[in-house]
Amino acid sequence: MSSSRITDEQINDLLTKLQAVLPEAHLRSTDRVSAAKVLQDTCNYIRSLHREVDDLSERLSELLANNDINSAQAAIIRSLLR
Amino acid sequence: MDSKGSACSNPNPNPTFGPSKLMLAFRFLRALSIVHRTTPASSPTCRGRRIERAAYASMAYSAGTSRAWSRAVLRRLHHRARRRAVAPRRLSTTAGNRAEALRRLVPGGAGMDYCTLLEETADYTKCLSMQVELMQGIVDSASSNGR
Repeated sequence: MSSSRITDEQINDLLTKLQAVLPEAHLRSTDRVSAAKVLQDTCNYIRSLHREVDDLSERLSELLANNDINSAQAAIIRSLLR
Repeated sequence: MDSKGSACSNPNPNPTFGPSKLMLAFRFLRALSIVHRTTPASSPTCRGRRIERAAYASMAYSAGTSRAWSRAVLRRLHHRARRRAVAPRRLSTTAGNRAEALRRLVPGGAGMDYCTLLEETADYTKCLSMQVELMQGIVDSASSNGR
């Protein structure tokens, strides 16, 4: 048997780690995860994140137009200290 | 050695994903300043697109070159000419179509073996969510400041 064969255990481990970065991960069981479900959830989540980056970029653009850069910098520091 | 590619041999043994919040914020802030300085006030759409590129750039720089997805993002940003090189299609070992959808969403995903794809996806997703959190935090703080 080839020693480079990927085991189901390794796959399941990686899928569990991936599931852990998805929202509401604490609500899910960490036993056997369904590959199909994790991949589907991940795709949906990444798509929604891409949309949020797009939307937030526009809003930040408006903020930069209306405020000076200093209050944006202050806002970042405040958000870090939260 | 097996010519189909190595099994799960990712050089990054670190089980946690994502860069530090502070590093991400520092890079993004710096990029925002540059965009603000260099974009004329008359082109808000252009500024929005530049901010979006700054977001992905700071994510990728924070992740460093040890991640395949960040290297792919930086390549894409530096070579903005769209050369759609068709990578040889690797058959997914399981969950066929969904893995293919994931390959299209994760930068550099097309050329990865399944194990690498799963790990890169986790890191990419973590970084993306941190970036969104950062940007949302800035918008919230600036809005509540009410200047």
